[in-house]
Amino acid sequence: MTATAFLAILSHWWRHPLQLATLITGLALAAGLWSAVQAINAEARASYSQAAEQLGTAGAARLVPETGAIPVARYAELRRSGWQLAPVLEGIIRFEGQSFDIMGVDLLQHPQAQGLALAAEADSAPALDALLPPGRIFAHPETAALLDASQTDHPVTSMTGLPRGVAMADLSLASRLLGQSTSLSYLLILPDQRPGLRPLEELAPELTFIPARAASDAARLTDSFHLNLTAFGLLSFAVGLFIVQGTIALSLEQRRGMTRTLRGLGVPMRLLASLFAAELAAIALVSGIAGLAGGYLVAAALLPGVKATLSGLYGVPVDGSLSLRPSWILSGLAMTLGGTALAGGHALFMLWRMPLLAAPATHARGQQARRSHLTGAGLGAVIIIVGCIILHLFHGLIAGFAFLGSLMLGAALLLPLLVSASLSLGARTAKGPYAEWLWADARAQLPGISLALMALMLALAANIGVGTMVSSFRLTFTGWLDQRLFAEVYVTTANDVQGAELSEWLHAQGIHVLPRRHHDTRYKGAPLRVYGFEDDPAYRKNWPLIAALPDVWDQAARGQAVLINEQLARRNGLVPGNTLELSPDWHLSIAGIYSDYGNPNGQAMMSLPALLTREPNIPNRNFGLRAAQSEVHKIIKNIREEFDIPPESILDQATIKARSLAVFDRTFVITATLNLLTLGVAGFALLTSLLTLWNQRLPQIAPVWAMGASRRQLAAGEVLRSLLLAAATAILALPLGLVLAWTLLSVINVEAFGWQIPMYLFPFDWLRLFLLALLAAIIAAVLPARRLIRIAPAELLKVFANER
Amino acid sequence: MSVKSALVTMAVFWAGAALPQSYAGLGSSAEGFAIPQQSTRLNFPADHGPHPDFRIEWWYLTANLEGSDGASYGIQWTLFRSALAPGEAGGWQSPQVWMAHAAVTSQDQHFFAERLARGGFGQAGVETAPFDAWVDDWQMRSVDETLEQISLSANDLTFSYALNLTADGPLVLHGRHGYSVKSASGQASHYYSQPHYQVSGTLSLPDGPVEVTGHGWLDREWSSQPLAEDQSGWDWFSLRFDSGEKLMGFLLRSKTGDFTSGTWITAEGKAEPLRPGAFQAEALAVSDVQGRNIPTRWHASLPEKGVSVEIQSLNPQSWMGTSFSYWEGPVSVSGSHSGKGYLEMTGYE
Repeated sequence: MTATAFLAILSHWWRHPLQLATLITGLALAAGLWSAVQAINAEARASYSQAAEQLGTAGAARLVPETGAIPVARYAELRRSGWQLAPVLEGIIRFEGQSFDIMGVDLLQHPQAQGLALAAEADSAPALDALLPPGRIFAHPETAALLDASQTDHPVTSMTGLPRGVAMADLSLASRLLGQSTSLSYLLILPDQRPGLRPLEELAPELTFIPARAASDAARLTDSFHLNLTAFGLLSFAVGLFIVQGTIALSLEQRRGMTRTLRGLGVPMRLLASLFAAELAAIALVSGIAGLAGGYLVAAALLPGVKATLSGLYGVPVDGSLSLRPSWILSGLAMTLGGTALAGGHALFMLWRMPLLAAPATHARGQQARRSHLTGAGLGAVIIIVGCIILHLFHGLIAGFAFLGSLMLGAALLLPLLVSASLSLGARTAKGPYAEWLWADARAQLPGISLALMALMLALAANIGVGTMVSSFRLTFTGWLDQRLFAEVYVTTANDVQGAELSEWLHAQGIHVLPRRHHDTRYKGAPLRVYGFEDDPAYRKNWPLIAALPDVWDQAARGQAVLINEQLARRNGLVPGNTLELSPDWHLSIAGIYSDYGNPNGQAMMSLPALLTREPNIPNRNFGLRAAQSEVHKIIKNIREEFDIPPESILDQATIKARSLAVFDRTFVITATLNLLTLGVAGFALLTSLLTLWNQRLPQIAPVWAMGASRRQLAAGEVLRSLLLAAATAILALPLGLVLAWTLLSVINVEAFGWQIPMYLFPFDWLRLFLLALLAAIIAAVLPARRLIRIAPAELLKVFANER
Repeated sequence: MSVKSALVTMAVFWAGAALPQSYAGLGSSAEGFAIPQQSTRLNFPADHGPHPDFRIEWWYLTANLEGSDGASYGIQWTLFRSALAPGEAGGWQSPQVWMAHAAVTSQDQHFFAERLARGGFGQAGVETAPFDAWVDDWQMRSVDETLEQISLSANDLTFSYALNLTADGPLVLHGRHGYSVKSASGQASHYYSQPHYQVSGTLSLPDGPVEVTGHGWLDREWSSQPLAEDQSGWDWFSLRFDSGEKLMGFLLRSKTGDFTSGTWITAEGKAEPLRPGAFQAEALAVSDVQGRNIPTRWHASLPEKGVSVEIQSLNPQSWMGTSFSYWEGPVSVSGSHSGKGYLEMTGYE
């Protein structure tokens, strides 16, 4: 009996394949986007911890020379004093016109040695050959491919854990390639030094100690980004469930007759309910698997964008390709099953409570609608108010996102009432019975379609909000670049000696030079870079100040005060007039705060002479050159002829700006993509809702047809109605989107990055989105409309004959 | 202490990455490295220094010590030199790689540490005038060109030691004039020892410093030929009897039959090479050491000298978990002769 009953239940899908497709697609979409986001998050997090554990040398404590290089003999002395150090020699080599950063390490000492040995072994090379001529180069697969193509002398081993563009080699090879056999660039300080060592500042006073960057820095900084992604994933998941909820309810409603028959034949309700549940579970499982596969593909496609974002915004390198994690598969499937249960629970419950012989009547939805609209709207208003209270009472990223979430949910719940109200308003303009029927019919359809409209509104609002945020940011960023990059040429020399020569040469040429020297330190445990600047009218004219004391530049030029960046100010609640305590005996008064987008760390600026009194040996390798625009290329050419400076180290203002903007744009690729995907899902939700309604439409349309409206007219009405609803939704989405944008700019950004960005409005973008929403509505309505045009009059007549 | 050869070649190392395959099949063909010659006569102090044309070499010191607290201790200080290619070159181009092991063993504790270094720029090396062997801040240093009076130090996170050693007997050349045969197929090394050290100094352990005195034994050996292909490992004994006599004996394990040899050292310090097979050793009991079954109680015999002794390790868990791992620790001797010594065992995987 069970099998027969189950077959009978399943037979529904044979007759409604489109419905099945909708259900599976909806669930798969929900599961897919959600798992894509989870996969990206997991990958990025795994990459952080891997970086922290294995390849954490970028943040490891180190000894750097104040000027020039560290003699190898100095390294040997420090080792003989008991300090466990790993030497590194860096430089640039060119193979066949391509330049690579070479990183020479002692393979016996370097923390990464084990990984390199294993990589070489996987390459079936005796690991030791890296120590002997011709040596071996280790590089990220992408860089390895370039190296393989441009040089053949040294075998290359690919290793995903290495940063791109870096060729790593044993010091024997690196020192040969760079022609530097007796000097080192810096020394890594290995963990676990024995007790009783003489302090480094006594042993090597000429070397500067750079403390380790806390391993958790990356994770802390990027938390906001992952929270952002998760929020997007959850939004998509919710939108997907909206689709599914309607479809499940419809499929159960359409089987009421069958259910009644089966029960009449003696199938117990308990069994029937279990069978329905089993059916849903099976569908959820299939969809979940499809969703996971899709999610994996989406994640793989998005990962490069995520990497760009993370390195662009936070300076955190993410490497490695996507890997399949069992926990990811399990959680994805569980999420789908749970979501299906949530979406189908109510419909199943209604079926359970259905009296044995109740007639399968179509709901008199219209009458109930108003009351449920009011309930929903009331709930929505409460949720929004709670969100506002949370934002007011608590601070931080979580509060910001909680506010966003409650705002979106509350607005969604308010939507049916608002759409219904605007339709009532519209109905007043109606002339003639057909137009009146059209407005009234649109209102009558609201309950069936409101979930899809909510999804559409959320997607549109997210689009407006995120779009406004990104565009405002870009506009601000461009203006800021113009202010900040006021020198025409930027040069970086290989060392201080070259720096001094260049500086002298430039003076002789009559070119105005602005040295850019800095000292790295820590403030309250976080990295802080202190720049020294030479007083110049250009700073006073251009520097992007947010807040400042009246005589900020005079004070700073006299060495009495510093300027700090917005990040440092916000993180530590500093305002002009406060004091910045860099060490117990180093206090500086803060005279101004400047914006510093794209920098994850704190920064301060002070007069260079004052900084040099304190830190006499800071490197002098970066210079900004002022010159007439027409002279720029000549100056660059002259410098290159005079000095051995690679082209990468001499950049004109336009190049730097173009690069910065390119980085910026890459950074937000992921956001734009997710935005578009969410909108796509919402469009799909609208389509499925309209298709779902189709079957219930006939009894309502047939009388209108019988009264003389043509099928073509009815089809046009169908499209019009869909347009009306979408338009109303899109108009309501606009204010929500703007509030969202404000929250992102003034709450989330401040918490996540430490900078606030002014909000700009982009009406053309809104118009584009509005048209997009209408387009989605037309596409969604076209299918039912076509059916209506082609329907046999007999079908419409049947409505009057049949029991329904 | 011959056969550390294979061990060191395997140890030519990158932390943890065992690379036996890269040296597999070397056998006696030594790829441009010098081969020990029977005609060679050792020449001091030059031969206290490194022989970069040979593939492997070591300065290997062990000592049995007694603490002021009455407890027994053992220490090990070893500097291995391993050449990736024969000869020496300056700076990072040097093919010489150095590795040092240090250990302190008590009845219930065993501390060990390892250091790796490149030759060529002074982080590690051995010089002869005066004698000085070092890696980082680990050092074996003489006051002059001889090995008569040396100071020894090693430092790590949890332990360190600083000892003074004074020899009260002559150097001992093993085999014929220091040419020591290691297998029936002719593998050999140059091998001499200074087994007559009086030791005093301080061990610094987690529980505090301990003043110690005792006896030490230095081994010097170099070769380019590792084990014969069928040899899987060895058990090596350096025993100092209360009578003043000493015995160095080793057992090279092989599927095709074990190879044993050694040297009998009289109380006056005169060396008598043992013919192959004269020295015998068999395991009496095994201990579970880091998941391996390792013999930690032995019976050793040298019938021609009336030696039949039982050898018991001070601490069965004297496992050197270094880049390549092995068992090395102090032992006590009882039976026909009593005394102390050191035991090293490799190839128990």
